[in-house]
Amino acid sequence: MSDEKKPTEEQSRRGFIKFWAGILGAIAGAFPVLAGLTMVLDPLRKTGSKGKLVRVTDLKALSNDGVPRVFPVMADRTDAWNKFPEVRIGAVFLRRTDEDIVTAFNVSCPHLGCAVDYSNSSEKPEFFCPCHNSQFELDGKVKNPDSTQSPRGMDSLEVDIQKLEQGEVWINFQNFQPNKPEKIPLG
Amino acid sequence: MKKALDWLNNRTGWRGLLKEALYENIPGGSRWRYIWGSTLTFAFFIQIVTGVILWMAYSPSSQTAWESVYFIQNEMWGGWFIRGMHHYTAQAMIILLVLHTMQVVIDGAYKAPREVNFWFGIGLMAIVMGLGLTGYLLPWDQKGFWATKVATNLVAAVPFVGPDLQKILIGGTEYGHQTLTRFFAIHAGVLPGLMIFFIAGHVYLFRRHGITPKEPLKGKDEGFWPEQILKDAVACLAVLAVILYFVIRHHGAPLSAPADPSEQFSAARPEWYYLFLFQLLKYTSAFWGAIVIPGVLMVVVCLMPFFGKWKLGHRFNLGLLSCLMIGAMLLHWLAINEDANSEHHQHALHDAHEKAERAIILAGAPAGIPSSGAVSLLQKDPKIQGARLFSKHCASCHRYDGHDGTGSGTTVKILLKEGDSIASIAEDRGMTIDEILQKNSLDQDQVKNGIQLKVNFKPSAADLKDFASREWLERLLIHDHYISPEYFGGTKFISGKMSKFLKKLDESDAEDLAKVAATLSAQAQLPYQVEIDAQDTELITKGEELLVDDFACIDCHQFVEPDDEASAPDLTGYGSTEWLTAIIADPAHGRFYGSKNDRMPSFGKDNKLTEIEIGLIVDWLRRDFYEPDEGTNSRAH
Ligand code: HEC
Ligand code: HEC
Repeated sequence: MSDEKKPTEEQSRRGFIKFWAGILGAIAGAFPVLAGLTMVLDPLRKTGSKGKLVRVTDLKALSNDGVPRVFPVMADRTDAWNKFPEVRIGAVFLRRTDEDIVTAFNVSCPHLGCAVDYSNSSEKPEFFCPCHNSQFELDGKVKNPDSTQSPRGMDSLEVDIQKLEQGEVWINFQNFQPNKPEKIPLG
Repeated sequence: MKKALDWLNNRTGWRGLLKEALYENIPGGSRWRYIWGSTLTFAFFIQIVTGVILWMAYSPSSQTAWESVYFIQNEMWGGWFIRGMHHYTAQAMIILLVLHTMQVVIDGAYKAPREVNFWFGIGLMAIVMGLGLTGYLLPWDQKGFWATKVATNLVAAVPFVGPDLQKILIGGTEYGHQTLTRFFAIHAGVLPGLMIFFIAGHVYLFRRHGITPKEPLKGKDEGFWPEQILKDAVACLAVLAVILYFVIRHHGAPLSAPADPSEQFSAARPEWYYLFLFQLLKYTSAFWGAIVIPGVLMVVVCLMPFFGKWKLGHRFNLGLLSCLMIGAMLLHWLAINEDANSEHHQHALHDAHEKAERAIILAGAPAGIPSSGAVSLLQKDPKIQGARLFSKHCASCHRYDGHDGTGSGTTVKILLKEGDSIASIAEDRGMTIDEILQKNSLDQDQVKNGIQLKVNFKPSAADLKDFASREWLERLLIHDHYISPEYFGGTKFISGKMSKFLKKLDESDAEDLAKVAATLSAQAQLPYQVEIDAQDTELITKGEELLVDDFACIDCHQFVEPDDEASAPDLTGYGSTEWLTAIIADPAHGRFYGSKNDRMPSFGKDNKLTEIEIGLIVDWLRRDFYEPDEGTNSRAH
């Protein structure tokens, strides 16, 4: 019996050492990786803006002909450590269909984010994405759902009615998560 | 010498290591079909070397990435060459990987006991694709920016964690500095590190199991060193030669205009080896096309070693690989074909090329790149923006050398209405009937009411190319031209006072009128006429006499001397920056057309255009923008 006991003691001693060598080694090895994870995950901290009310143009600059026209959107932009005052942060289609009716669409394709074009080369004018061929009606709805992969229509943006009455086009500029059936603000 | 090496061997055992590395037995002797692995290792070596050198000059931030790449490509010694090597070797790696995989599968080298090594190979392929994807963004040009936007939006299609994953990848919700720092770290740190690990594992496993000789054996066994290495070296040089061919032919690698999220880039396409996936996304939703289908195919490919154990497994695998290759090639071909036949895409490519070229010219101009980055160069450039604003705001009436300023807009569509005949339309548009039919690919009997016809644009105001230059004014002062659509033929001034005045003049006045034109043109102080204006002082003085006295233009026009009674547009400073800015701002001002103004809108007064925008149009019309001297050729792509 005592003969058998000795190796077990030796065994358990070695077992003890193996256990702790494994644990401590793993902790030491994992520590920098796990600590580094915080920085890697930092972007999750950031939330998108709720949208910015920005002046795009004067109402007079927009012909009352229902033809969509692209306008750059100017606003202050923060890029990590930089603040850029009044730079182009995106672009919108503005379309004036009546004296006091202006609709605005973000040019970003709701499919995968390419910039949508306005095209009047086919029989009926339309919005057309030059990447994966999504087509949209001028009111932003999906056209040809069979060949259009975009799960939703173009992203309309709110146009400020009061400002419009004063003759200026102000919109609430926002980007949305692409490729979702519903409009979810980015962030 | 030998002694020293012996000593070193005694201390390090390097001879054993070298022997281990070089003396691999190759059953049946060295063969050309075994070269692929070595060429890939060689390509990876090129990438590490050129990559690290590029790293020495590259600066990842949204204000410096394009700028530093521009500098590498256009200013630094050997910059274009190293960048080109890096660019084309990346593509060569993809091709070599495909060839290597084909060789491995055809020769059955993926089968037991080499399963794990096969998986290492697949892993390597994924890493190389990842390197291509991340590298594409680093120049922060329009091409990389928009392609990456799509690629990262695809990440968001991953169930549950997609949006968070996307955020982590691009460093937030918007693309910017931290997208670049992250992509660069992945491109130059994470993936190459993984790659070295995978290559080490791959080579270790390869050596452990030995080469899979192609049966029947060709001859007697040879060694890796020197027989196979000789073949490998020849193959590597051949690969290098192909790469160099492309590098030199394209003078490095392409660089499109600086990334600008507000600037549509309709030519957005991924790198060619992703085109098949790109095309797939036209037919399926992003979830299926980018996640499920590629994911399932990857798993199936990874299972190939197990299929290989079945009786007909090898045949099946060969079939599977062929199907994948043919499928990918078909999709690739569809994508290329569609783009080649799309007028829209060709136009977009042309536009992208033009902007790329211009951005590079401006970056190399004496003014250089401002510290806020190159993105503003094009935004503030009259040559690009003036033309574009002109096409948007002016080209509905005016022309520029017959087009809308950007080179298009020469054709419009009209509806054939009740009462119109094709003959009347032809006359109205200055075309022949045949021209119309041809343009619309129609037969005479297919023409009926309600049909849409493509016809020439009909201008209703002057063509402003070379506005206020000597030639432009010489022609204006000849009645036949004055009343043509090129000048005032489309306006109500076709029968105005000026027209009547000119009608009374005849050919004998032509020479004097040319002098008057020179005088008037000198008022514009056009940058491209500075020299001849300075030379021809005599001519200009003579012209002034004619203008004031002989032709008595000042009976109606104000010229230099203030004249409250002038009833016609002010000719003082005609065509100068100030004059043009003022007329575009308000042509109905008393100084210009007053109450007689035809249809020209008051762009400034009515806030249709901002001061900056008018300035851009004016500078563009006057060609008052930077152009490099003749002879200094640009190297844009
Ligand atoms: C009888 C009055 C009269 C005389 C004389 C006259 N013009 Fe004019 N000119 C006009 C009027 C009025 C217009 C505006 C168009 C109209 O109403 O027909 C005009 C237009 C012009 C324009 C075009 C302005 C623009 O908008 O680009 C030019 C250039 C011009 N005149 C130059 C001359 C020159 C040079 C002479 C002398 C050789 C001259 N005119 C003599 C009345 C005159
Ligand atoms: C609705 C049609 C229309 C539009 C749009 C228009 N113009 Fe005009 N423009 C005219 C007509 C008509 C004239 C002749 C003079 C007049 O009626 O004011 C004219 C005259 C001019 C002239 C005077 C010289 C000449 O030879 O005709 C200039 C310069 C000019 N336009 C520039 C512009 C620019 C730049 C724009 C765009 C920002 C523009 N125009 C937009 C119709 C138009």
